[in-house]
This record gives sequence, C-alpha cells and structure tokens, in this order.
Amino acid sequence: MSVTHDARVQLRAATTAQGQAARIWPEINHPAAWIVAVILVIMPLIANGFFLIEIFATTMILGTIALSLMFLAGYGGMVSLMQLTIAGFCAYMVAVFGVSANTNISLGWPWWLAVPMALALATLFGTLGGTLAVRTEGIYTIMITLAIGAAFYYFTNQNWAIFGGHTGINTVATPHFWGVNWRSDIPFYYIVLGTAALCYFAVAYISRAPFGLALQGVRDNPRRMAALGFNVNAHRIAAYAVASFIAGLAGVLQVWNYRQISPGSVSVGACIDILIIAVVGGITRPIGPYIGALIFVLLRTFALDFLVKIGLDGNRFRLIIGLGFLAIVFWSSDGVIGLWQRWRQGKRPTTTRPGGGHGHG
Amino acid sequence: MTRFVERHPVWALIVIVAIAILLWLIFAVWPPGLEEAIGRKRVFLNAVFNGITLGGLYFLVASGFTLIFGLMRNVNLAHGSLYLFGGYIGYAISASTGSWILSFIIAFILTALVGVLLQVIVFRRMEGQDLRQTMVTIGLSIVFADLMLWACGGDFYQIQTPSWLIGPIDLPLITAVKSSGEPVYLRYPLVRLVIFLASVVIGVAMWLALNRTRIGMIIRAGVDDRDILAATGVRIQLVFVLVFALGAGLAGIAGVVGGTFQSLSPGEDIRFLLASLVVVIVGGMGSIPGAALGALIIGLAEQLGSVYIPTYAIVVTFLIMVLVLAVRPQGLLARR
Repeated sequence: MSVTHDARVQLRAATTAQGQAARIWPEINHPAAWIVAVILVIMPLIANGFFLIEIFATTMILGTIALSLMFLAGYGGMVSLMQLTIAGFCAYMVAVFGVSANTNISLGWPWWLAVPMALALATLFGTLGGTLAVRTEGIYTIMITLAIGAAFYYFTNQNWAIFGGHTGINTVATPHFWGVNWRSDIPFYYIVLGTAALCYFAVAYISRAPFGLALQGVRDNPRRMAALGFNVNAHRIAAYAVASFIAGLAGVLQVWNYRQISPGSVSVGACIDILIIAVVGGITRPIGPYIGALIFVLLRTFALDFLVKIGLDGNRFRLIIGLGFLAIVFWSSDGVIGLWQRWRQGKRPTTTRPGGGHGHG
Repeated sequence: MTRFVERHPVWALIVIVAIAILLWLIFAVWPPGLEEAIGRKRVFLNAVFNGITLGGLYFLVASGFTLIFGLMRNVNLAHGSLYLFGGYIGYAISASTGSWILSFIIAFILTALVGVLLQVIVFRRMEGQDLRQTMVTIGLSIVFADLMLWACGGDFYQIQTPSWLIGPIDLPLITAVKSSGEPVYLRYPLVRLVIFLASVVIGVAMWLALNRTRIGMIIRAGVDDRDILAATGVRIQLVFVLVFALGAGLAGIAGVVGGTFQSLSPGEDIRFLLASLVVVIVGGMGSIPGAALGALIIGLAEQLGSVYIPTYAIVVTFLIMVLVLAVRPQGLLARR
C-alpha cells in the first residue's frame, strides 16, 4: 500500500513543480533525456557486441517487462508478480507456433504469423489472470499472481507435449527478411530499442489519457470512482490487458535473444527479479524500470568479477541483490528515482507515511 | 454446519455425495469393472493416503502463515525460507545427536527465535504498511535462500527416520481379495501416519488454544480489530511477537517433517511457499480450520493428480484455486 500511496504524493509534487508544458511529456524537455536518447541511438558506434546485446538489449527487455509491472503497480495499484510469466508464455508461444529444433512441438509458422498469434494468446492469458486477480484486492493480488506464476513454472516443467518439459524448446528461429538477419547484433539492438521506446512512450501517453487518469482514480479511491459511474473492475482488467501486451512484446524479444526458452526462464525467482527491478528503479515513472534493469543487469554481469577481485565468494550475487533490494525498500519507497529526486531537491528525506486504509490494502 | 446446509442445499448435497463416493472408494472392495477402468485399488489408496499425509504437512506450513497473516496482515513471503531453515537445523541436530525428537524441539525454538527477531527488528518498524512489509519479506527470502545455499550447498539432505518408526504397517483396509478368498490389506509407512497424527494433534491443540484460552481470545480479538484491542490495554506488541514466534516455529517443525519424508534442497522453500499460498487462498486467509481444509484438498488433489493425470497434476491444483476464487473469493472458510 505505502509504495503506491507515496507514488501518488510524489507524482503530484512532480507535476506541479515542472509546470504546464511539461505535463504532457515530463521527460521530453529535459536536456539529459535528449542526451540519453542520442547515446542510445548511436550506441552501436561506441559499444561492441557484448555490451550491445548482453548489457543494453537485455536491460531494455527486462526493463520492458518491469515497465508492464510498473504500469500496473504505479498507476493501477496492483502489484502483479506474473508479468514475467506472461512474457515467458508469449516466448513459449512464439517457439510453439514458429520454427525450432523441437520439430514435434513447433508448428513451423512464419514469424509474422507466429508473433501476432503469440501476442494475442499472451494478452488473453494475462487478461484472464488479471480477471482472477481483481476478484481480490491489494495484498492478495501479490499472492494470487505469485501462485499463477509458480503454477506456470511447475506446469512447464511437467508438460512435455506443448512446453517440452524441463529442457524447454531450443534453437528457435529468428526472423530473416529484406536480406537482413534481424538477430545479428546491430539490427537486433535497434529492434529492442524501438520496442522499448514504443512501450515507454505508450505507457507515458496512457498515464495521461482519460483511461490512465481513470485508472489512477481507481487506485486512489475505488469506491468514489465506482460512485462516479466508472466500472472499477473493467478498468483494472483493461490495465492487465495493456500490461500483458507489453510483457508479451518483451517476451518475443527475449526468445529471439536467447533463441531458446525453458522453465528456468519463468521460474519464481525470475518473477521476483522483475519486481525487484521495478521497485529498485522506482514505480512512479515509466523510466524507473529501465534504470532498475540497468542496475540489475550490471550487477548480474559484473558482480562475480568484482566480488572475486575484492576477495569474496563470487557466487554471492543474489545476496547483494537481496540486500540492495531490502535497503531500497527500507530507505526509499520510490526506488533510485526517489533517491535522486530527493538529493536534487536537497531536502531532508521525507518520512514515509503509513499506508492509508481506503479501499484496498 | 447446519446453517451452511440450510443456505446452500445444492452445494451441501454435492459435497455429501462426493464424500460418500470417496468413503466408498476407500472402504469397499472394488468390483472388477472399476479396477479395469481406473486401475488397481492399491494405487488409489496409496495416492489418497499420500495426499492426506501431505495435507498434514501442508497444514503445518500453512497454519503458521495464515496465523501471522490473520493477526498482523503480514503476508510473510519468507515463510518458505523459515520452513527450509527449520529443516536444515533439524538435519544438523539429528545428524549430530541422532535424536529425532530433539531435532523438532531445537528447530522449533530456533525458527521461533528468527521469527521474533524479524518481528522486533523489521516488521514493527513498518506496521500497517502491508505492501512494504510484503516487499521486505520478498527481499528477506532472497537473502535467506542465498545464505542457506552458502551454508548448506545445493545437495539433497534427508533426515534419518528413527528406527522405531521405520517400516510399513498393515492397515485394516482391504485393497484386493485373493483368489483363495483371503483379503490383502494395505501396507503403509508408519512414519507418515505418525506425522499425520501429530499434525492433527497440533491442529486440534491450536484450535483449542485459540478458542478456549485467554491468550487465544486476545489473538482472535486482534484478528477482528487490533486497534480496539490495543485500546483496551492489551500489550499488542507482545501478542504480535508471540504469534510470529509460534507461526515461524510451526514452519520450522514442518521443515523437519518435510525433511523426514521428503528431502531438503534449495528450491523447496519456494515450493512450500506456493503450497501455503494456495492452501490459504483456497481455505480462507487467517482461518485455521480453513488452512486444514485447504491443505487436505490441495494435498489430495496433488497426489491423485500426479497418479492419474501426471503431466497436468499442477493444473488440477491451480484449477481448484481458480474455482474457489470464482465462487468464493475470500476462501472457503473465511468469515468475511
């Protein structure tokens, strides 16, 4: 409760501070945003293949999945732990409908048919899950979505007919057309960058569109919104549908990135990683998940070397992640963005308010 | 019970018929046609007994979870870690001293201590902030999981069953009749029956403690409205610490039980966290009888499912959860 509660407070402060023009695209007028955008576009000139794919493309894929969680949690007040499951489901569907080495499973459709099908099914899956989750509120949402995610993980492990058991589906074909191999480093980087940018601006737009505003109203006071004639549950389910579509897009990119999908990619730990990414980055603004994802990916890639260098056991990467997450939850309910904002304002850290009890929680 | 029958006669009828069919399947000698259709009776009876005893284990884990949630509104997602911690402690004790009973006592005390520390150091500082507490428990479960992986490695551990509990016994349930007319009885491991009985005893004791003692009255009042309870002068923080200790300790005991008739390894924490989540969602949050009913249903569904529809067993469990959420979102036995 408190995270979303604080989100509301900070969001209001941010909008009043930046004035009328910034209300539409708060980040777009900032020079730093332009610099970051230019750097991202010319990245293939400065970074080699490893950084391009392992760091930046992975960051943007994970960030997009976390963005779908941020959309639900920040604007809808629903913390869903099944966003990675939806992405994983979409990835599985791409592998099942498309071409892969597991010929007894894959149907061998061309990618332009398999991907829309997978996206549609993933959106349906996420919407159904959301329909279940909105039957209860607040804290129960976490439990139900976690149960869905865990059930999907065990199901993929057990099922050989569709999901290929615990070995998963390997050597998934990636698109080749117009004479370009779209999985080679530079084209793939631009696909990921384009998708991430699209999702980012879509979320930023929706948050200011009538639907997004109504959703934030539902988050703040569902009872009042119901009294005003809004269908509270329909808004929530629609939010799940949007978030599922975004997560599905990221899932397609993920399966193209690794060219395989197995239960390990949809494990409960991975579901929780997405929550960590979103919370560490900050769930009040769409940029948060990407910052969180960058921190996460950098830690995951370099923590081992770093730990070994300072004489510790390199396998304790998850301990660092867990402790860092705990620290963020303890001291900043708005993630890294919140810390940065506070540092910039130079004020004393605002004490976290106890969560209000209206409606959900 | 009678109110339920009066209010939902159709549902009551369905439940009664289902229980009657189950009892008939357990006690009757199966006619040959049935054996051909769904397999040997011994397989079925074994699945039912495994399901019931697994339900006992699930109840031990989930009752602590539901108790903590009921009173403190704290969804303790580190509950699975407490289970695994208790299991490792139990293994260490039983391996070094050879005493199975002692491992229960030490595991209970140590996990209860961890619970007390968590409540005093962490959760007291963020009372009333449900989501933040839940996030903290997620962080804690990651840290605990990694610390335990560090300390115990990725191996499988199994706690040694004491010698007086090893071996099967004959149950007075006929699985088949030999051609000579001599009945064949079901043989079942004694240790699982003892553990199941122990969990029933613990469940009944908890129910009695909650409903017949003064401290139980205080806890029930706290579940209903902790602010008013605090206003009447009860030292609510002390009650919180006690309940957290009890809930954590139960998870620790369950860890020893699970380590005895299954095994302990990294990943079991998540499995039992999922089990307790589903059990309390089905049974109703914060309700001890609900946890018992939910554990029984989920245990049976899991075992029968894994025998009769192996690749879709988890889906059965999940479908039960979906069905309950669709019909009664607050859980089967919740009062709300």
